[in-house]
Parts: sequence; structure tokens; C-alpha cells
Amino acid sequence: MTDPFVLGAVAYAPKVVTIWEGFRDWLRSHQLPFDYVLYSNYETQVDDLIAGRIDIAWNSPLAWVRARRMAAASGRSASATVMRDTDQDLTSVVLVRSDAGIETIADLDGLVVGVGAIDSPQSRLIPLAHLSRLAPPPGEEPRRHTSSIDSAQRFDAQRSGVQRFDVRRFDVRRFDVRRFDVMVGKHGDHVGGEREAVTALLAGEVDAACIIGGNHLAFAQEGLITPDAVRMLTETPPYDHCVFTVIDDAVDTTTLRAFDELLLSMSFDDPEVRMLLELEGLREWRPGRTSGFAQLERAVDLLGLYDEAGQIVDGSYRP
Amino acid sequence: MTANERGARSEPGPGAHPEPEAGARPGRAHSLDLGPLGLDGGGHVLLALALREAEPAATIAVHGSHPALAAHLRAWCSATGHGLETTGATGATGATGATGATGATGATGTDGPVAVVRRGRSADARWSAAEPAGSPLPGEVADHASPHWGLAARGAWVEAGGPTPRFSLDTKDEIWADAAERLYDQALAGQWDPAVAIPWDAALPEDPAIEQAVVAVMAYLVENEQAALVVPARFLGQIHPHFAEIQHLLAVQIADEARHAHVFARRARLAERAPTLSGAGGRASLQTLVDEPHFATASFLLSVLGEGTFVSLLGFLERHAPDDCTRTAAWLVRSDEARHVAFGVAHLERHCARDPALRPRLASAVERRHDALRSTAGLNQEVFDSLVLLAAGSRAPSDIARGWAAVADLQTDMQSGREGRLARLGFSPAETETLAALHTRNFM
Repeated sequence: MTDPFVLGAVAYAPKVVTIWEGFRDWLRSHQLPFDYVLYSNYETQVDDLIAGRIDIAWNSPLAWVRARRMAAASGRSASATVMRDTDQDLTSVVLVRSDAGIETIADLDGLVVGVGAIDSPQSRLIPLAHLSRLAPPPGEEPRRHTSSIDSAQRFDAQRSGVQRFDVRRFDVRRFDVRRFDVMVGKHGDHVGGEREAVTALLAGEVDAACIIGGNHLAFAQEGLITPDAVRMLTETPPYDHCVFTVIDDAVDTTTLRAFDELLLSMSFDDPEVRMLLELEGLREWRPGRTSGFAQLERAVDLLGLYDEAGQIVDGSYRP
Repeated sequence: MTANERGARSEPGPGAHPEPEAGARPGRAHSLDLGPLGLDGGGHVLLALALREAEPAATIAVHGSHPALAAHLRAWCSATGHGLETTGATGATGATGATGATGATGATGTDGPVAVVRRGRSADARWSAAEPAGSPLPGEVADHASPHWGLAARGAWVEAGGPTPRFSLDTKDEIWADAAERLYDQALAGQWDPAVAIPWDAALPEDPAIEQAVVAVMAYLVENEQAALVVPARFLGQIHPHFAEIQHLLAVQIADEARHAHVFARRARLAERAPTLSGAGGRASLQTLVDEPHFATASFLLSVLGEGTFVSLLGFLERHAPDDCTRTAAWLVRSDEARHVAFGVAHLERHCARDPALRPRLASAVERRHDALRSTAGLNQEVFDSLVLLAAGSRAPSDIARGWAAVADLQTDMQSGREGRLARLGFSPAETETLAALHTRNFM
């Protein structure tokens, strides 16, 4: 029996089993020997990709960054092969309460910004880097602003994960960050951290919340956010999300090509395929690209999550 | 701005066309002005409507002043598979510099669209290979309902894929009755509220023996109504939703039976009386109904024979009840039961006409049930005697004799009623007499 082409994926929700069982059946029915392994976190998945224990990884954008850095550190290279149409050109937004009087980025001075999990690209890393980029230049006198959070809440927030936003590195903004660490290690795939950040914003426990744009609409539709309750303070530039990742000198290129071609041939018009695509949240697969990861690369450096070799350097990150 | 003014409007001018995506057929250009409405407040409904009404590959230039419109359009288009071309008119990049508020100024103060949305192909994908779930009209129901139609509304187009639930009663000949829609309308119009319709405060019989007879009959009726509830309920979930009239009629029938059981139980509780005995034979008789595995035979035994017989019994109680409460309840329940019988006869009459093998199966079911109950006591003696006492109205020997005769007449009436309904189903006179006589002595 031919060794199967083994994919790694992170089990961020029960539906992940349904998704990859479905893809396994479909790929096998198209003569591709295929199997999958599920991981509880992306860090182990990337470690196994680098070690050659899996052929390909269905990576979060942050896992892509780490895989690329780890490969490069040992003189190897990683490739982004295929991604979803829905992975391309996403943005995150920073929401504030409509009645908070927060009009500019500078108004966040002295306030608390709610973010998702420590390893969430869309709800922590990218929006915080974006805020730092928009902050007034060093030396400019920040506007004084009074937080709606009383001291007791602030103390509680600090105990539960608030950290001073890296003033040592930037020394431009002095707002606090409160993390909502839901399912750490899953790189923000679970919506829980973003939901908690928004809930805290609405409850007055934080002054701003960073979430992906799609969740702004989703939370509005489910009634968590009413249209008049919040407003968008800022939106990040577009970035890309998940991508299949291989290590170039380790993957069987013939099998990889067959895998890529099969994915790219999947048509939303086909009812059997449509069910799988909808579960995975796409309408078509597209060739992978790395141009959409630049913001995240910068954010990882800015916030000190990984070093250049892809090793975890933030001691508070424990997937 | 009115809703109409926000609607999509055609812009046929060539200058309004954005560049088409590579490989996409260029479509007409439209525009949509959302005013201050955001996609977080329902604006996507208007956009989706405009896209649905536009031709494939058409573009819609979206105008609006909501500050987050550009961000929302990006997220919505990504999630729904429509293309998005930003125009630069939004400024919604957040990159306006350190002191800028948001950069997300939307189209406020500009005339240009916030973005141009191109209708995606996937919008039509669900319709490819979709098939209609039959005709929406009751007069045009399909002979056989496809499992794939599942819970879809009759006549809706069913997207390919999805579950294929198994509804074992999926053939028109097995269950259909042309009268079902009319009977359903009658059922809805005939619903009654026990709290209002029944005089619960009416005077009760003074003779404790008469009241005890009422209580015994009520307890007997309750257990029969329970069976009449459980039997159609067992089949309701097996009926393909395509045959909605049948499904709905049975649902109301089940609700009727629940109300009947409730009413009879409440009547029995009106006075403090000795407990009644639920006879083993009676319950064995009812259990054979509950256990009947096939819809046609269960419906035959329950509705045509059992409930039909009950209509006679309820008429008897209406005539001989010692109090207004019991009399009114019997009258109201009888009108419901008559409707249940009408449906049973109607669908089995149609079924028998189309399937010659059904009548022997029905006859066999009666004989089988008779054999199964041969060793049981049949009608609870306490119930039988109670009926005599109720018809007598007193303990006087002459009244008892009259009551005895009334119960004998009741049994004759029940037998002739069964024979009439069996004849409707096409049984010969000899068969009707034999089968009617084999019906359970427990009446139901």
C-alpha cells in the first residue's frame, strides 16, 4: 500500500473532524492516498512539519510565519501552496463604544484595549501593530483621556491578563491591553476570545476591542452588537489568513502537485464538494501567496512572540 | 431618503462600468445607495437583493455614508463569494496617520461609490442541479415523495446534496385522502376550549352510585383516548412532509385526543369517589392497537372500527349522562371523533380502490387481533354495568331493565355502524357482518 500524503490540521472545533473526514473520502475517491492528523495547537503541528512527521500543514497565518522562520533558520525553505478565497484580503477593525468620545487613535491614551488570545493574528497581533503604526510620533504630547473603567475593574483586569502595551519597545502609546485568552495555541481560530473582547467593550470593562471585520458583521447579526452601540475607530490594511504549508525539501512534489490540482479543481457547483467547502468556509481554493503575511511578520517582531528562528520568545505564551 | 430611493438603479452608461474580472463576462453596472445604513444594521439585505436581481457578473457600485461601510463590504463579500473592487473613495484604510481618527470616513462628502461589488458565480451554484419538491398544490401531490425533498416546503426548489431522511410513508396511495384539506379546515374551525365550552360547575348526580358509574366510564374513556393519541403519533413522524395535509390533519387529531383525555380525566376528578379499576383485558385490547406496525391496518382498527364504535358510545353518553358537564363533553368529543373516522374511511377507501391486496390484509388484521384477545375479558364488567346504570338513571328495577335494553341497543348500533363503514371500503355483505362481529368487545 502506498504511504498516504499526511496533512496536519488543528482541532479548534468538533467540526474539524467532519471536515477532514470528508476531504479524506473525497481525495481518496480521486485516487490520492491521503490521511490527516489533528493537533491541539499549531506550535506542535509546525514542529512536526519541520521534523517531517507530516507532509503538509493546514496552517494559520501565524503558523506559516513560524514554519517559514524555522525552515529558514536551518537553511531550508517553506512554500505556501493553496489557500481559500476567504483567506485573502481580510481586515481587522478596532471598535469603540459610540458614546465613549474616542475619536482618534491618540484618544486611546490611558485606556484599555481588549484583544483576543495572545496568539490571535486577527484579534491581537495585527491590530496592535496597526495601532502602534498609527500612533502619534514620539515626543508629541498625548491627549489626556479618562478611562470609563474604575480602579477596581482595572485591578481585576490586570490580574486576568492585562499587560502594559509594550512601552519599552515603542514608547509612543501608553494604553493597556487586556487579553481574552480563549483556546491559546489555536492562533485565534476559535471565535471565543473576540466575542469576550466585544462583550467586555459593551460592558464597559475595556475601551476598545480588536476583532476581524467578518466578526463585526457576525456579532451584529446575532445581536451581540447593536448598530448604534459601537463604532469603528480604525481598520487595518488587508492581510491573508490560512494557507497550506510544505517544507520544500521534504515534500514529494508529485503528490503535492496532485493534491494542489485536486483542491483547485473543486467546484462549488458540485453539491458533494459544496458541502465540504461550506464547512471549511470557502467557495474556491486559490493558489497560495505570501504577500499577505507582511503585516503579521512585522507584528510578530513588534510584539516579540517568535524570534527570527521561529522560536517562542514570549514567556507568557503557553500553548 | 426613502427605501425606494435606496434601491438599486441601473446605470447603463459605459462610463459606469468597472473593469471586469479576468475571465468574467462583463455585466451591467448598477448602483445602490445605502445612505447612513451600515451592513451591521441590515444594509446587506438591500445589497443581497440588488445582487439577486442583477444578471451574472453584473457590478453594483455601493454608495453610503456609514463609517464602516468599506470594512463591512470587504468582510461581507469575502464571506458570500462576491467580488469587491475598492474605489479609493472610502479612505477606509485606517492609514491616515498618527492623528487621524480612523481613516474610515466612508463616502461622506464624496460622490463616488465606497466600493464596487461584482456578483459572484457561487450565488447561482445552489440552483444548479436543484429540483422542485413536487407541486405546491394539494391537488397535484406526487405519487411518490423523494427522500431528498426531506423537510422542504412543497414546491420549493431543493438544493442538491444535504440529508435524505427516511420517511417510510412516502407513497400517496398509502396515506392520501382528497378530503384531508377540507377535514383539516373543519378541524381548525371546530377547535374548542374546554375551560369555556364545558360547564364544569354543573350539578353532579346525587346518587353516589351514579357518580361512581360516571367516574368508571371516564377512566375507561381516558385510557382509550390515550391509545387514540399514541397510535397516530407513532406514524406522524413517518409521513413524508410532502403530504402536508395528512401530516397536519393527524397533528390536529393528536391534539384532539390530548384534549379529550384531559377533559375526561378532569370530569372524573370533580367528586371524591372510590378508585376505578383499569382492566387487564381492556388494556390488552388497546395494546394491540398501539403495537400494530402498519399505518393502513392501524388506521383501520383504530379509526374505522374503534373510533367509529366510539362515536356510537359518545352518542349514548350524550343521551344518558346524568349531568350537563358529562353530556357536553361527550357531545364535543363526538364531533371530533366523527372527523377522525371520516379521514380513516376516506384514505382507506381510496387505498383499497387502488390496491386490491389491501382488503384481505385489513380483514386479516381484524382476525389476528380477535385471536390475540380471545382469552381476555373484553370490556371491563364495571364499565359495562356503569353504562347500564347511567342509562337507567336510578336503582329502580324497572329503570335498570330500561338501561339494560339501551346498552343492548348501543351494541346493535355499534355493529351496524361498523358494517356500514366496512361496506364503504368495499367489503362484501358477508365479510362486513363477520368482520364487524369480530371487533373487540372492548369497543375501541
